[in-house]
Amino acid sequence: MTMLDTDANRGTEEDKTTYKILVVDDEPDLEPLMLQRMRRSIRSGRYTFVFANNGVQALERLNEEDDIDMVLSDINMPQMDGLTLLEQIPKVDPNIRSVIISAYGDMKNIRTAMNRGAFDFVTKPVDFEDLKLTIDRTLRHLTEWREALASRDQLVTLQNELDVANKMQISILPTHFPETDGYQVFASMEPARNVGGDFYDIISLQNERVGLAIADVSDKGVPAALFMMSSRTWLKGSAIGLDNPGEVLKEVNNLLHEENEQTMFVTLFYAIYDPGNGDLAYANGGHNPPLLVKPDGSSELLAPVPGIALGVAPDMDFGQNSITLAPGESVIFYTDGVTEAMNAAQEEFGLERLQEVFAAHPPHDSREATQAIFEAVHAFAGDYPQSDDITCLVLRRH
Amino acid sequence: MEINSERESGALVLKTEGRVDGSTAALFQDGIKSSIAPDDDKVVLDLENLDYISSAGLRIILLIAKDLKQQNSQFAICSLSDSVMEIFTMSGFNQIITIHDSPAAAIAAMS
Repeated sequence: MTMLDTDANRGTEEDKTTYKILVVDDEPDLEPLMLQRMRRSIRSGRYTFVFANNGVQALERLNEEDDIDMVLSDINMPQMDGLTLLEQIPKVDPNIRSVIISAYGDMKNIRTAMNRGAFDFVTKPVDFEDLKLTIDRTLRHLTEWREALASRDQLVTLQNELDVANKMQISILPTHFPETDGYQVFASMEPARNVGGDFYDIISLQNERVGLAIADVSDKGVPAALFMMSSRTWLKGSAIGLDNPGEVLKEVNNLLHEENEQTMFVTLFYAIYDPGNGDLAYANGGHNPPLLVKPDGSSELLAPVPGIALGVAPDMDFGQNSITLAPGESVIFYTDGVTEAMNAAQEEFGLERLQEVFAAHPPHDSREATQAIFEAVHAFAGDYPQSDDITCLVLRRH
Repeated sequence: MEINSERESGALVLKTEGRVDGSTAALFQDGIKSSIAPDDDKVVLDLENLDYISSAGLRIILLIAKDLKQQNSQFAICSLSDSVMEIFTMSGFNQIITIHDSPAAAIAAMS
């Protein structure tokens, strides 16, 4: 059974779908008459008919043959009548449609049949032209109903996939943030409903140093979430083995590229902070450059370093740079979900508004600074729907 | 999002208009793929009227570049607005995708 008939051929002789119709009547004349009058539709392959003499036989056929689409039934029959049969059909298959054949003017039985779920009725003596139109209309309805069911199932599957992906995404985010007398890190991610693949990581390294990463995977859904898991795993491994952020990204890039049939990529900014002297060494895999905020609230982007988003091309070189944080200085890592957050007027939040958040209130605390960013983005976007994950990570030297 | 194609000087030039983001990326991919004939060995993607491209859209351009490379066809993009150029520069993809100022310059570099 094809679920995807197009409107153009639906209900015409060109329709290649064959529907199986069960005809239930105790009059022996109906079967040959039916086969004769419907011969064109039968020959074209549009209908096939199977027959039963009463309700009990009809149920037997329905149980034997699971591809019956429609039942056309008389009302008055021995053993089990048509009205009783109507109640039994949904128990076999709720998606079968039934049409009742009733005596002309027998409104009482017709009303009962409709109330028991009959889709339509025809009256005796049977007008075969009218019957054919009724059957076509019933089958058209059935096709549309099945299409609706199929797309609902697809939506449910998609939603389940996205739920799995969201759970994976949230499960990899660290929940513990380093905080000492010398420095403090805080980060937060606000997932968009259906899109997005942001993550951050905080990695403990030798000699009290800490690796800080923020990243954005190019796609959505389960494959992207798996790619995110790989990115994070390779990053952790490389970060622990290598001291130089540029070398870390070079290695992660090559590892991701090796098994990346789908050409996904991740933009990833990685930095190593040394609390001993305030040095922050960094490399950039195609990500938005972080913002350095001075104690007076003024800010500037970290100087660019050569690099490329990870996973796409092998053996790429990544530069690196380093700065020394003075006490009271902060570095704001963020994803494009912050700077590209939109309002109803289709304006982007942008880098300048991010800088204004701190111009008015220089950050004294990483957690508060993170909250201030989210509040500013929310106030700007208003009710306009969030289209991408919003993520930021704040490092402050006390 | 719209794609128009024309052939000039032996190259296929695809002009893209509008926004390419998560919701239009599949359309963008289908539009480009269906425009490329098996014997097109020079393909230029003209992004002059592209307003915005998200990472999902960048991925499609990478996929197209990869496919064309596998069939030994040449590929370049051209006429990027400042904001789209910034996206290519920031992601670093300007290092692996050939970028030109105009379709003519892109075609000239291919012959």
